Amino acid sequence: MKLELHVWRQSGADAKGDFATYEANDVSPDMSFLEMLDSVNESLIARGEMPIAFDHDCREGICGSCGMMINGVAHGPQRGTATCQLHMRHFTDGEVVWIEPWRAGAFPVIKDLCVNRGALDRIIQSGGYVSIATGNAQDANSIPIRKQDADNAMDAAACIGCGACVAACPNGSASLFTAAKITHLGLLPQGQPERDRRAARMVAQMDAEGFGHCTLFGECQEACPKEISIDTIARMNYDFIGAAMRSRPEKPVSAEG
Amino acid sequence: MKLDARVPEGPIQEKWDTRKFDMKLVNPANKRKHTVIVVGTGLAGGAAAASLSELGYQVKSFCFQDSPRRAHSIAAQGGINAAKNYPNDGDSVYRLFYDTVKGGDFRSRESNVYRLAQVSVNIIDQATAQGVPFAREYGGLLANRSFGGAQVSRTFYARGQTGQQLLLGAYQAMEKEIDKGGITMYPRHEMLDLIVVDGHARGIVTRNMVTGAVEPHLADAVVLASGGYGNVFFLSTNAKGSNCTAIWRAYKRGAAFANPCYTQIHPTCIPESGEHQSKLTLMSESLRNDGRVWVPKAKGDTRKPNEIPENERDYYLERKYPSFGNLSPRDIASRGAKEVCDEGRGVGPGGRGVYLDFADAIKRLGKEKIAERYGNLFEMYERITDENPYEVPMRIYPAVHYTMGGLWVDYNLMSTIPGLHVAGEANFSDHGANRLGASALMQGLSDGYFVIPLTIGDYLATAKPKPLAADHPEVLATVKQVEERTAKLLGIKGKRSPDSFHRELGRLMWEYCGMARSREGLEHALKRIPELRAEFWRDLTVPGTGEELNQSLEKAGRVADFMELAELMCLDALHREESCGGHFRVEHQTPDGEALRNDAEFAYVAAWEWAGEDKAPVLNKEPLEFEYVHLATRSYK
Repeated sequence: MKLELHVWRQSGADAKGDFATYEANDVSPDMSFLEMLDSVNESLIARGEMPIAFDHDCREGICGSCGMMINGVAHGPQRGTATCQLHMRHFTDGEVVWIEPWRAGAFPVIKDLCVNRGALDRIIQSGGYVSIATGNAQDANSIPIRKQDADNAMDAAACIGCGACVAACPNGSASLFTAAKITHLGLLPQGQPERDRRAARMVAQMDAEGFGHCTLFGECQEACPKEISIDTIARMNYDFIGAAMRSRPEKPVSAEG
Repeated sequence: MKLDARVPEGPIQEKWDTRKFDMKLVNPANKRKHTVIVVGTGLAGGAAAASLSELGYQVKSFCFQDSPRRAHSIAAQGGINAAKNYPNDGDSVYRLFYDTVKGGDFRSRESNVYRLAQVSVNIIDQATAQGVPFAREYGGLLANRSFGGAQVSRTFYARGQTGQQLLLGAYQAMEKEIDKGGITMYPRHEMLDLIVVDGHARGIVTRNMVTGAVEPHLADAVVLASGGYGNVFFLSTNAKGSNCTAIWRAYKRGAAFANPCYTQIHPTCIPESGEHQSKLTLMSESLRNDGRVWVPKAKGDTRKPNEIPENERDYYLERKYPSFGNLSPRDIASRGAKEVCDEGRGVGPGGRGVYLDFADAIKRLGKEKIAERYGNLFEMYERITDENPYEVPMRIYPAVHYTMGGLWVDYNLMSTIPGLHVAGEANFSDHGANRLGASALMQGLSDGYFVIPLTIGDYLATAKPKPLAADHPEVLATVKQVEERTAKLLGIKGKRSPDSFHRELGRLMWEYCGMARSREGLEHALKRIPELRAEFWRDLTVPGTGEELNQSLEKAGRVADFMELAELMCLDALHREESCGGHFRVEHQTPDGEALRNDAEFAYVAAWEWAGEDKAPVLNKEPLEFEYVHLATRSYK
């Protein structure tokens, strides 16, 4: 089949971007969306033009590198599917497809469809861990954990950090991302000693990075390739309020020397 | 070149303790005066960076992805082995050691494997303490399963995402250290060369993939944890960015490359769907527990699978290996699929596929039970192929999955360049000629959490590296060489893209250095690869400049190195006149087609040494002795 693509092209962070129109010919329904872009890129290289830059790596839907707005929808039309796992059989011959990078103030565009998601790493840096050094651990079976808690923790821990939740949110909020980590660790006994501090610092960091606030639209959970639930956000808010009552607020990472 | 494995004396059970006691220590106050570079943030690199920083070293960590959380360890599905013996089924450190040496077809170093089995138990403790949500039983304790044909249940898992959860554990430990200031993180940086001063590894040269800036980074020791080189085949289950450049550059600076021909071809991957294919996707091996592998008995049978009657199907694994059947080891199952497809009995597009049929299992256990066991895998399969495996048999075909070869390391995981340590898939040490399922995660984390942090200290305390000036002639020369190479790639201005060369190289390697290798085929490849390489340097085109984010330039540099590594792999495969593990030479097989090892002549590690451009590499041998696990022929009949 044949598609008409309108792709966001921007040569650098400070350059002005615009849509460019390309024809994608001989698209097989068995191609993945990224393989379709590969083939467009090969034809651009053959014409001596710069190929479309996009982030991708595992192409199995788990590394979280890829992600783009496809016809205005983060990761495109198939639910619970990252861009690399989306196949062209979900498009029809002659279809017009608009492709844009993640749009969010906290994700500046680097080039074309590549954005800088370093803010997500800094949110994890501000508390998304258990402070245990190598060698400190006791026997793994010394603390039994309710299967249901372990399963719920795993549901939240499945986050791949792609940023689709931010891109889909009208407020550009990273609440689902942050809440998923707070929930994962907050449900486990290993996460308890730092639970207050984690919630306080991670939320403060999210604000400092310029992500918007959550108004519970729920767009994030629709876009999430791992279908993480906004129930986690309720949990984050619960922990955050609890932490505010129990301890002094923490400064974000970027404000520390 | 002298290969000294520096294995401690004494009984195998005591070697690691002996080494730990004999190692020189760095005073806690002096640790922060040392800088250690870690390249790669997968299980090995992430764990090493975090642990070194916890000890007090200044760590500089590099990855080519936009975040350290994305390294390809994240894609591992099945699980991680550990000799915990929680199920009380007779497992022990010694049994895990024994199984791993035997599974590696007697081509690994016993002492390293024993240590791996020993520290396996600490890995599970560490990961659990970090909050890794391993699967649990209703009683609240950790669940185990049997994996990859093992006779005991020693595999720990987190759904089908064990690699992801273990990697996030290591990543979070890194972020904790970044927050504290112990690790400086350099994402979107690619290592393009190693800086060697007075014979010691003293730093790396990187390219900032956003700005294009080429910069030196200096240190007192360097750890390479840059993963495997399966992408030399173009199509593999590796991530698109996985490449050999870091280890290949180190090889050309003097690090020996061990057993490059040992590659693992995984039997259960989704077959190619056409010319556009950019990578292959693995379907967990656990599917073979319930699926039956078959092809039509007749050549060129184009009927739909459900229309082929039972007596016209060939369940070839069950027929040839009645006792292991569909659970035969990876190398045997892969070769079986290739054989039937070569006979013209393959199924699906291009005839490169075999059926993995769940109809009997569904009849026996019910659809619900099968959905519970494999639901997410069936979903993933349907997403990619648009076929429903509950109704139509899956189609599978082998694909390159892991490389057992890598840079040669001694017992302390140090390469033949003092100060250059190598961890995880990038080194050669623990899996011999074939890796067992659920052992890769174990090795990466063992190296990263428990070995490297200690052996680096021993090196620093012994070698006492002196401060190095940023304008040392070796530093400047290495930077200059990287810049010249980049300029050369950009300056060819030919007609063919990096991918088109990569695809062609991959096809050549798959055909002649893949599942079955012959003298004739390898000699053909060794003639063809230099021709292709010459064409590459004559006709490559890379649009754009070096001073920007340029993904074609990144690919071109990686393909250039794959072109050289491919030749070394073929050379190694040609010289190894035996069949062992993932290396099958058609000339060396038993009358009924089984691999025939030659222990008298080839029980050694082949460590290749770079001799210069256009010169044949030099073969060095580390003899392997099997004191504890006695040499025996594997039999799965």
